[in-house]
Amino acid sequence: MLRSCAVALAAAAAFCLAACGERPQVVSYKQGTYQGKPDSPPYDAQYKGNRQEWENAINTRNQAQNEYKRVH
Amino acid sequence: MARMKFLCDAERCIECNACVTACKQEHEIPWGVNRRRVVTINDGVPGERSLSVACMHCSDAPCMAVCPVDCFYHTQEGVVLHDKDLCIGCGYCFYACPFGAPQFPQAGAFGVRGKMDKCTFCAGGPEPDGTQAEYVKYGRNRLSEGRLPACAEMCSTKALLGGDGDVLADIYRERVTHRGRGGEVWGWATAYKLPANTPATQGIPVPPNTPATGAPPPGGTKS
Repeated sequence: MLRSCAVALAAAAAFCLAACGERPQVVSYKQGTYQGKPDSPPYDAQYKGNRQEWENAINTRNQAQNEYKRVH
Repeated sequence: MARMKFLCDAERCIECNACVTACKQEHEIPWGVNRRRVVTINDGVPGERSLSVACMHCSDAPCMAVCPVDCFYHTQEGVVLHDKDLCIGCGYCFYACPFGAPQFPQAGAFGVRGKMDKCTFCAGGPEPDGTQAEYVKYGRNRLSEGRLPACAEMCSTKALLGGDGDVLADIYRERVTHRGRGGEVWGWATAYKLPANTPATQGIPVPPNTPATGAPPPGGTKS
């Protein structure tokens, strides 16, 4: 009786711990770094580096897409 | 800093393809390449919906993740661009992209695949802004001129919005408030369920070959 209990316990332990030795099979992804030419910000050429002015221009166009504000 | 995004209002898109035409005209896109296209779901069925689709300039872009030569980069405005001088035209980005945005022009004889081309949010590429070199490789750089993408500015019904994501969200929210509905036009229910005003849901007898639920009729979905 004691022996069968021990065998059952050992079997249960082996069953329960079976996955403990499993290693993750999904490769951890490492983000690559851009290898191409550097790009300049959009406000450099025409807006001569004036970022605020460029953002204002973009924002004006952005808001113009809202006809609820445009029509009234 | 603005984070540039596109938003297409399915309630407003009338499948006129003006966005597609505007894009092709603005950048002189070669034959066989479509940076933008209009996808219609449940085509021909009452209540069909159309969406204008291009590169969505993902924050965590799959194309960027799979590119073996790392030719993709994010601009400060969140626009995904790539360096054509580095691109080897392998096509991995095409398989990774859930929107089918990367396009490959035919280069030379025998249908050889050229370097990848995709929507740039009218922001050009890694060449000096506004130069001929930039125009030839990536198209016009409207963003550097203080303008938004041609497709969005051309849209007659203002279904396609482009610009700062926060502003677009505000515009769309205001629309939904005015309509009193519209929040439901997004998601699976729109794409894969029959619209509420179809014959099947109005008690009208339906021909036996018409699917009862979910899927559109054979050949009913086009892109």
